[in-house]
Amino acid sequence: MNNNFKLMQGNEACIEGALYAGMRFYSGYPITPSTELMEKSAVRLPLKGGKFIQMEDEIGGIAAAIGASLTGLKSMTGTSGPGFSLKQENIGYAAITEVPLVVVNIQRGGPSTGLPTSPAQGDVMQAMWGTHGDHPVIALSPSSVREMFELTVRAFNLAEKYRTPVILLADEIVGHMREKIVMPKAGELEVIDRKEPAPNQENYLPYAVEEGSHVPEIASFGKGYRFHVTGLMHDETGFPSNSTENAEKLLDRLMAKISENKEDIIDFDEYMTEDADIIILGYGGTARSVKSSVKELRKQGIKAGMFRPKTIWPFPEKRVKELSLQAKAILVAELNLGQYVLEVERVIKNNCKLGFVGKANGEVLMPDEITAKAKEVL
Amino acid sequence: MASALIEKYMRSDKFPHMWCPGCGHGIIMRSIIEAIDRLGLEKDKVCVVSGIGCSSRAPGYMDFNTLHTTHGRALPFATGIKLANPDLHVIVVSGDGDSSAIGGNHLIHAARRNIDITTIVFNNNIYGMTGGQYSPTTPTNYFGTTAPYGNIDRSFDIAQLAGAAGATYTARSTVFHVPQLTNYIEKALNKKGFSLVEAISTCPTSFGRRNKKGDAVDMIKWLRDSAVTVTKASKMSAEELDGKFTIGEFKDTEAPEYVEQYEKLIERLKGEDDE
Repeated sequence: MNNNFKLMQGNEACIEGALYAGMRFYSGYPITPSTELMEKSAVRLPLKGGKFIQMEDEIGGIAAAIGASLTGLKSMTGTSGPGFSLKQENIGYAAITEVPLVVVNIQRGGPSTGLPTSPAQGDVMQAMWGTHGDHPVIALSPSSVREMFELTVRAFNLAEKYRTPVILLADEIVGHMREKIVMPKAGELEVIDRKEPAPNQENYLPYAVEEGSHVPEIASFGKGYRFHVTGLMHDETGFPSNSTENAEKLLDRLMAKISENKEDIIDFDEYMTEDADIIILGYGGTARSVKSSVKELRKQGIKAGMFRPKTIWPFPEKRVKELSLQAKAILVAELNLGQYVLEVERVIKNNCKLGFVGKANGEVLMPDEITAKAKEVL
Repeated sequence: MASALIEKYMRSDKFPHMWCPGCGHGIIMRSIIEAIDRLGLEKDKVCVVSGIGCSSRAPGYMDFNTLHTTHGRALPFATGIKLANPDLHVIVVSGDGDSSAIGGNHLIHAARRNIDITTIVFNNNIYGMTGGQYSPTTPTNYFGTTAPYGNIDRSFDIAQLAGAAGATYTARSTVFHVPQLTNYIEKALNKKGFSLVEAISTCPTSFGRRNKKGDAVDMIKWLRDSAVTVTKASKMSAEELDGKFTIGEFKDTEAPEYVEQYEKLIERLKGEDDE
């Protein structure tokens, strides 16, 4: 018997993945359907010498995690629905101050209190545009319990490597699903740690970058470098600057961290796309129905394939464009009233037909609904 | 003395500071560094966290690990820092609006936890940075741009609020009573637990002007004449106390400190199965 097989819930697997990646701090606030993230962290972290704290609200949850990350600990906060809205301001703060952080959003039905126990994928655009101002965004979307583990490790890796908040944009389907998971062994998955600056540098500039890099080596608080961190536009010293030239330079660099590393960040999965006439694009829990639908369509003699972005943001533009030139149609399936489909439309222009199937009533998309829509689009 | 303190603890290359002429905030900032100096805290081990507002610009001038966060959120950021690295002396600098309006919930919960953080509230009774809107500490009947007919709200007593919520050291002084203010900050920094010192400051630009308080010197004299010690106040009638405020120490007690309790929990769990 292989001891690495476990029956586990998605939210639990997320915390197992976080601990595998080296998470040592979690702060949050109870909210359905993500509370298991906190409950699991509360059990596991003190056993590893790490810290867990239940804060007084969602904003405190993300603020404490950013503070902890500034001292060098890999930190996470998690939430759902309304809580994700409340965390938006400080997601922008982590982006401009370049503090590594993983924010998990187990999506539920909205708007407002909406359908707290039902699945949805309605926060896709909020993940991209939720915080004010232009800012870099990385968001990942897991489709299985095993992927909750793997993509959480990846979320930490990307956060540490690019010094930016990374959103694990999961949904209630995957968060509450229980299925078999083969637990990765130590060393099986790559784990990346942030780069700390070499000690005792004279005239240390926390926000300066080396030639060819867009990522500064910011020291952890308490390690001997005394510097300033602010959410105001700042220069290489970290101190506020009102200079328009400086603001442009800082924003360009923040955006370039992501845009110039898309190949590294973007990840997706494909199923039977080679000869497909219709590509069904789905992510997260919905992709499971998409795969069933593709199999059914193939049985019926229709050449269907699945494209499943694991990296939701940045958008896998290059591959989607290629697929639009190869297939007759693309069908986007998502648990909302049409969000990601807008991005697909922008990218594929009129290269092929475009269809959409979605809903936001608290039910999951069933394979039959997707299959029927696929036939209609073709 | 002042210049030696400046040399040792201030980022003087960041001067001139951004505060208006006559602002009392510089006096409080100086009291903080003098208290740090008296205690001999290692600069690398001091972390000063602020929110948003005039007061919250102070950390930028202070040569420690400094963090200027989002409006009202200095305390939860500081909570994360202290819990993650208990070796750091964590000080929060906040204004009256920052700490008791938008950040009021964080204030009472940091006090409830009794986490080892010292909060210095720079209370100038107004939202200065945004141009003079009334704050939770603007006295009733005073004027602000959003209280053009006189403020009908009642005001908070921040020091007493923190004490009631569980802080183990609370005190109030003013930018007139500087030696007392410095002593209170020193005692607050020395307290293992959540401590809060409310420092009544002056804002001639946004509070004084609209409320006919005269210039900066007049305002400081106003603090001198309006402040009543806790002892004296206990013997005064309500009429006599009208228009006055109390200064002094309100609370100095001992209670289990949050981070220490967490460290004990980790210790207690040692050797237990991690899976």
